[in-house]
Amino acid sequence: MPLLEIQKLTHRFAGLCAVSDFNFAIEPHELVGIIGPNGAGKTTVFNLITGVYRASEGSIRLGRQELVGLSPHAITKRGIARTFQNIRLFKELSVLDNVRIAHYGQIAYTPAEALLHIGRFRAEEKRITDQALDLLSIFKLDEMASEKAKNLPYGLQRRLEIARALATEPRLLLLDEPAAGMNPNEIIQLMEFIAWIRKTFSVTIILIEHQMRLVMGICERLMVLDFGATIAQGLCSEIQNNPKVLEAYLGVEVAQ
Amino acid sequence: MPKSSAAYYKMLTFWHKLTDYKYFWPVFMIAGLAFCMAASTFEFLDLYLQLILIYVGINIILTVSLNLINGYMGEFSVGHAGFMAIGAYVASLLTVHVFPPVAQNLLFPLAILAGGVGAALVGFLVAIPSFKTRGDYLAIVTLAFCMIVKSVLENIDAVGGPRGLLGMEKLTTLPWVFFWTALSVWVIRNLVYSNFGRGVLSIREDEIASDLMSVNTRQVKIIAFVVSSFFAGIAGGLFAHALQFINPRMFDILKSTDILIMVYLGGIASIGGSIIGAIIYTILLEILRPLGVWRMVLMPLMLVLLMIYRPRGIMGMKEIRMFLPLRDLVTEKLWRRKKKETTDASA
Repeated sequence: MPLLEIQKLTHRFAGLCAVSDFNFAIEPHELVGIIGPNGAGKTTVFNLITGVYRASEGSIRLGRQELVGLSPHAITKRGIARTFQNIRLFKELSVLDNVRIAHYGQIAYTPAEALLHIGRFRAEEKRITDQALDLLSIFKLDEMASEKAKNLPYGLQRRLEIARALATEPRLLLLDEPAAGMNPNEIIQLMEFIAWIRKTFSVTIILIEHQMRLVMGICERLMVLDFGATIAQGLCSEIQNNPKVLEAYLGVEVAQ
Repeated sequence: MPKSSAAYYKMLTFWHKLTDYKYFWPVFMIAGLAFCMAASTFEFLDLYLQLILIYVGINIILTVSLNLINGYMGEFSVGHAGFMAIGAYVASLLTVHVFPPVAQNLLFPLAILAGGVGAALVGFLVAIPSFKTRGDYLAIVTLAFCMIVKSVLENIDAVGGPRGLLGMEKLTTLPWVFFWTALSVWVIRNLVYSNFGRGVLSIREDEIASDLMSVNTRQVKIIAFVVSSFFAGIAGGLFAHALQFINPRMFDILKSTDILIMVYLGGIASIGGSIIGAIIYTILLEILRPLGVWRMVLMPLMLVLLMIYRPRGIMGMKEIRMFLPLRDLVTEKLWRRKKKETTDASA
């Protein structure tokens, strides 16, 4: 049974069809890439899965649970986490707090206990602080735990964003252009890093990316979008020589 | 210069040691309460000074509670005087018309609490538009709310209409103000340094990202608005029983502006800053009283200068160490020790 199954997903912005008839299924522990030119609707698909937009038509199921209509925090709580194309950390807050915020759904105490600092409050705070520090130390960020997130260098901010997403304890991780702004050397490191995350946290990953080197290097399957429509899907080697894909990326004449 | 800075540093470390002491807060509370009780029973502070201290306390409650919305959550509410009005009217109606005159002193805390609960219920309603709108637009909603409260009160004859409400006894004493001020500061600080407080902060930083990181933003907004308006209502009840007279015009947009000035003077997202801001503003207004009308020229001028030289207020986005949770530091320290032990053991 697939982990995530999307059927006939369609989304329109005031008449403009951003995603049309998108069908997709991913098995547990797979790593699938979504590629396509700018404006093809890749990020819209992520926004639809995570509930930022409500789909006009179609269904998204995680296991047996229908996700269309749920609010983003409810979807995150069911096991889908994501990162953003342009980093969206909580800039003025500390690195530790960035990660602890992602534990929001796992806290057992009530607002009344929080206001009076009674009951389960102390034990729970200690638990999630320890958990957050453990996670930060896995990502080699624990030395900067009390630093403000905005003071971190760019590469570490990307790493922190992935750590924060993993703190929600997802089954499915959506990475939106993780290699944006990286040089070829860093991209190779990132490839190893993503493979390592997949193994260590045993998550399923969907990846949006422009860098062909990265996509071809680690993804098992690819989906190619253009103007909201799926123009090709399959193994990496098949996609590479698909005339439709070449046309979308390079234009008609070159493809011929 | 190095000599004086060394002395300053020494004093600072001594102060930190003092505030880090385990029983600092209990001792501080008991001493403060004892001082206030002595001051009001033996009257070694004259009544005028006591009244100023009462206003300082009320303003601290108002400032700290508004800072939760305007500073920590990053919204812009201008309706705080409206919540204060609800608290003032509910508490006054109870003490004037409902409670028997003999038991006034005993039932006073109940009246104040009822004022707070009344304001909190209305705060819940104001939280609802905040699900949809933010920033300037939410400011308009809260402005409208403040006007509605004022005109509704002006048109109910049972509460005196525009003439206002009298007949309250002077029940707000210094010890009570100290108690409610300490309670509000303690509760709001607790909220800020909890899971829900981190949710409030994340809404200020990036609302969509915080929703996607599993923060239930609606729940967090409701909690913030309810707590903030609850304490505004408490302050209103205390205010009514200190002045012994209220009318709807006292709680218009100008009153809200006063509270906003204290928040931004002290600095946003800082409890210590709010307390400093409320103290400085209240006391300065009193010191400058002999200047008469010129006071209202001098005060705004000082604010303009402050905004030029310290655009984020006195303590903007910083916190005095004594309000920070030591619990976090201790947890982190223990965690690091444990980590070191495990790495040493494996090496």
